[in-house]
Amino acid sequence: MSEVKRPIYLDYSATTPVDQRVADVMCSHLVMDGNFGNAASRSHAYGWEADEAIKQARKNVAGLVNADPREIVWTSGATESDNLAIKGVAHFYKKKGKHIVTCKTEHKAVLDSCRQLEREGYEITYLDPEDNGLIDLAKLEQALRDDTVLVSIMHVNNEIGVIQDIAAIGELTRARGILFHVDAAQSAGKIPIDLQQLKVDLMSFSAHKVYGPKGIGALYVRRKPRARIEAQMHGGGHERGMRSGTLATHQIVGMGEAFRIAKEEMATENDRILSLRNRLWNGFKEMEEVYLNGDLEQRVAGNLNVSFNYVEGESLIMAIKDLAVSSGSACTSASLEPSYVLRALGRNDELAHSSIRFSIGRYTTEQDIDETIRLLKTQVEKLRELSPLWDMYKEGIDLSTVQWAAH
Amino acid sequence: MSYSNKVLDHYENPRNVGSFEKTDTKVGTGMVGAPACGDVMKLQIKVNQEGVIEDARFKTYGCGSAIASSSLLTEWVKGKTLDQAREIKNTEIAEELELPPVKVHCSVLAEDAIKAAIEDYQSKNGDASDDTQQSA
Repeated sequence: MSEVKRPIYLDYSATTPVDQRVADVMCSHLVMDGNFGNAASRSHAYGWEADEAIKQARKNVAGLVNADPREIVWTSGATESDNLAIKGVAHFYKKKGKHIVTCKTEHKAVLDSCRQLEREGYEITYLDPEDNGLIDLAKLEQALRDDTVLVSIMHVNNEIGVIQDIAAIGELTRARGILFHVDAAQSAGKIPIDLQQLKVDLMSFSAHKVYGPKGIGALYVRRKPRARIEAQMHGGGHERGMRSGTLATHQIVGMGEAFRIAKEEMATENDRILSLRNRLWNGFKEMEEVYLNGDLEQRVAGNLNVSFNYVEGESLIMAIKDLAVSSGSACTSASLEPSYVLRALGRNDELAHSSIRFSIGRYTTEQDIDETIRLLKTQVEKLRELSPLWDMYKEGIDLSTVQWAAH
Repeated sequence: MSYSNKVLDHYENPRNVGSFEKTDTKVGTGMVGAPACGDVMKLQIKVNQEGVIEDARFKTYGCGSAIASSSLLTEWVKGKTLDQAREIKNTEIAEELELPPVKVHCSVLAEDAIKAAIEDYQSKNGDASDDTQQSA
């Protein structure tokens, strides 16, 4: 590792480092002396041992969300789980109906799976969230039709951290015999999930958002009442035919250990992270023209998404290069479109282009937060000195009334 | 996004940041871009009686490349006549700053900004007639 000081990591919603305890378990499932076998090998101890380790991991993953271990299907991550759930349900139930309901602020893995189904002749309703990022249940209910086979709504939004009321949505869908899929990549291990209580039929998980390794995830597929999916990956019939492919023992035990730790430590960890998040927001609130994106109460502890008005997000990220955060401004891409999530909340263009997501996690300290506040205050002030929009604001000009020469 | 050292230098030490009095007849102001696109550039020139740009100022809301493009432009236009300044091409800015393809629009915006500032100055001073034949 180089001598250069690395930036403060505040991008835990993008990914998390693997917990050392998880790494240790994974390392013991790789080499000749370790538990490296193929769980599908029934004829020798190497296979049996690997199978045993995977069984335990399955229990741990199911345990975090109060599910039956037989309801867990291993995948390569939440993207694959979302694809498998949405296309899998759509294909299996295509004779029953071809209508799906989702929301404009879903992850691209959900939205793009839906786009693919549109190309195959399915009809998708994309709900608009309210200004605080939450879905109006009455609007969702209105969108349900006789030919609706699936509703797919994420639990916690990856950009703004808001928590959708999946318990209430589950009541609506179950009453109509519609399946309900939830992308829980950002919520598992962060907020309690009880699948015995929730009327959720399919749920996507990722390991690397919970201090596990990248490249492994799971899909929960309910047994009672049974949710059916058509496989997307064909082969040896692993995972009860729903997802073929040799099980990646070291990845799976890593995910299992990460979820075991999450269950044990979630409550205390959340308290600590929430107090850091509040400390950060209190620091920012003192500044002028700072806006919180998404509801503050219905929100996961580790997320703070803030717009520093009249400062463009990408230049702000350049100015705070001692911080690893992400921006809702997509000026880095050719499209120049700001975050579609913030646009869906009805945020104006300046605010959408001026947003920064701070996500706090297991290794964030109070000093990190204080340094972040100090840096933001200095650099936002510096960039506002450079900003013609800030001048106009100070002169009392309403930017929405200006005729811009769009380019 | 990795930037060239020249972009970083202009971004970290922007030249000629500030504003002139808009109503001053010696001042031409060009404001281009839109918040919707993530960049707005304001460029101002101060022109002497010989028609030479003696000073320039800018303010930019935008990414590092947009800030660097406008900062560089203020350096370039100083000491130039209006005709010479109008000849500055976005490709020269992009080349000097080694802008990646997705950032070339920032240099286009800078070229638009100087053209708009010159136009503003000339319309204020009613002497556009001399230059119209050469304008792009």
